[in-house]
Amino acid sequence: MQSRVEHLSTTATSGPLQRSKIKDMSAEVVDSNPYSRLMALQRMGIVNNYERIREFSVAIVGIGGVGSVASEMLTRCGIGRLLLYDYDTVELANMNRLFFRPEQAGMTKTDAAVQTLSDINPDVVLESYTLNITTVQGFETFISSLRSKSFCPSKEGCGVDLVLSCVDNYEARMVVNQACNELNQTWMESGVSEDAVSGHIQLLIPGETACFACAPPLVVASGIDERTLKREGVCAASLPTTMGIVAGLLVQNTLKYLLKFGHVSPYLGYNALKDYFPTMEMKPNPQCSNSVCLERQKEYALAKPARDAAAKAKMEAEAPSEIECLHEDNEWNISVVDDTDLQGPDVGKSSGALPEGLVHELPSADEFQKTPGSEESANLVDDLEDLKRQLEAINAD
Amino acid sequence: MEGWDPTTKSTLTQIPLLSVKAGPRDGAAWTQRSKEEYKALIAYTSMNKANDNDWFRISAANPEGTRWTGKCWYIHNLLKYEFDLQFDIPVTYPATAPELELPQLDGKTQKMYRGGKICLTVHFKPLWAKNCPRFGIAHALCLGLAPWLAAEIPVLVDSGMIKHKDDASSSIES
Repeated sequence: MQSRVEHLSTTATSGPLQRSKIKDMSAEVVDSNPYSRLMALQRMGIVNNYERIREFSVAIVGIGGVGSVASEMLTRCGIGRLLLYDYDTVELANMNRLFFRPEQAGMTKTDAAVQTLSDINPDVVLESYTLNITTVQGFETFISSLRSKSFCPSKEGCGVDLVLSCVDNYEARMVVNQACNELNQTWMESGVSEDAVSGHIQLLIPGETACFACAPPLVVASGIDERTLKREGVCAASLPTTMGIVAGLLVQNTLKYLLKFGHVSPYLGYNALKDYFPTMEMKPNPQCSNSVCLERQKEYALAKPARDAAAKAKMEAEAPSEIECLHEDNEWNISVVDDTDLQGPDVGKSSGALPEGLVHELPSADEFQKTPGSEESANLVDDLEDLKRQLEAINAD
Repeated sequence: MEGWDPTTKSTLTQIPLLSVKAGPRDGAAWTQRSKEEYKALIAYTSMNKANDNDWFRISAANPEGTRWTGKCWYIHNLLKYEFDLQFDIPVTYPATAPELELPQLDGKTQKMYRGGKICLTVHFKPLWAKNCPRFGIAHALCLGLAPWLAAEIPVLVDSGMIKHKDDASSSIES
């Protein structure tokens, strides 16, 4: 008993013992190497070059139940740089989720995250942005921080490799969508339903896949009557399990995308009540309400010949290995069919039938015809300052 | 619009609709949109006064018209309960609605997000999405804030979460 108490008190007083930075990731299997199990992915042939992870910058928007866990996963994986965005502070009400600790209550979520993450892995470059990206000012800082190439000046495009949206509301997702469309930046969206029993992740490549404004957001249907779930008086429920699972799916897709292994999911849903995982792909909407999305779609269409040529060259390079696969007898007449053409021309698949288990969260905007009479106001006051004074006059009454 | 009371419906039809789809980053188009916002707000406020149903004051708090502040009030059992009202025009406006905030009620009701943003998900967001870009600030107040106050204030008063200002001051004096 006494020795137990002594042991506990020494662990308590030993305090934060931070390891020093490591210059190169080693594959050496020793207890003291934090990267040995990750570098083993390379030895096992899953990943070609794991160490490349140190070159990548990932921006995480929203450091809540999903974003904080995603940031910890990427930190433990040895990601090069993380940019963290949130305007909120840690509260005791957040303790039903992972990552934050009670003694961090009152700190901003970004600062609390940097505190924990830099202890876990001092090799990761961490940037914390405490701001609301939906305001005009916050958006400008958001965009310029994504553009900044201070970490890797030779990088093409903007300064980050991927943006992860881990926010909890439609407005903020639309803002991330706007920024990524403008920067032509690939991003992944994640979400957990307000009833905490479903979630999803989605890959968005401007011009190539549907943007977040191309169609009303897709959510996983809970499979039971929606009205019984939306209990009056409660705005949102949350579970550490669902959030942890969605963070895991999101970071898994991130690792596959960055390190180029396996299949990167364009959309993956999670229904916790039925343990059902719907998947789908979404083409961009040629009538998307976001004008920057339309520009990106045009660029993507223009680059099609170059893309086709590259794909053909790749096919030819891989062709010899395919021939080896041919079998001498083919008793069942099995043949490999190229399924890329079966989907037909690039017709917008975004509208129309959805796979089972997925529903739209919001309706589309109604078609709106301008009536000729709508110009009638021309003869009325049409000066902004006059209108301001007019409203003030009414307000003063 | 099923499930809405006839008064709200008839009020709504009298608020001028907007046509310019522009947000605060759209330069001249935003100025055009701002004019439409003012016209709708002027019409709605005048209408409320004429119908003896005056219930808010709102005006731009910066020259760009991206931040708005004011007051709103609700009469319950013949007593007037007044609150500060504020919101920002988001960069993705009007694709997304402004998030209306009543900072004094922050933490007093579950139908609210952090910072006093009222919960509009069920009753208002689908309507806004369907009517983009025709709805503006005036519509958000009419269809978002007014029904929220009507549903929440009586509950908050009856449960003692908020007190009338006369009541509050007398209890401090006594």
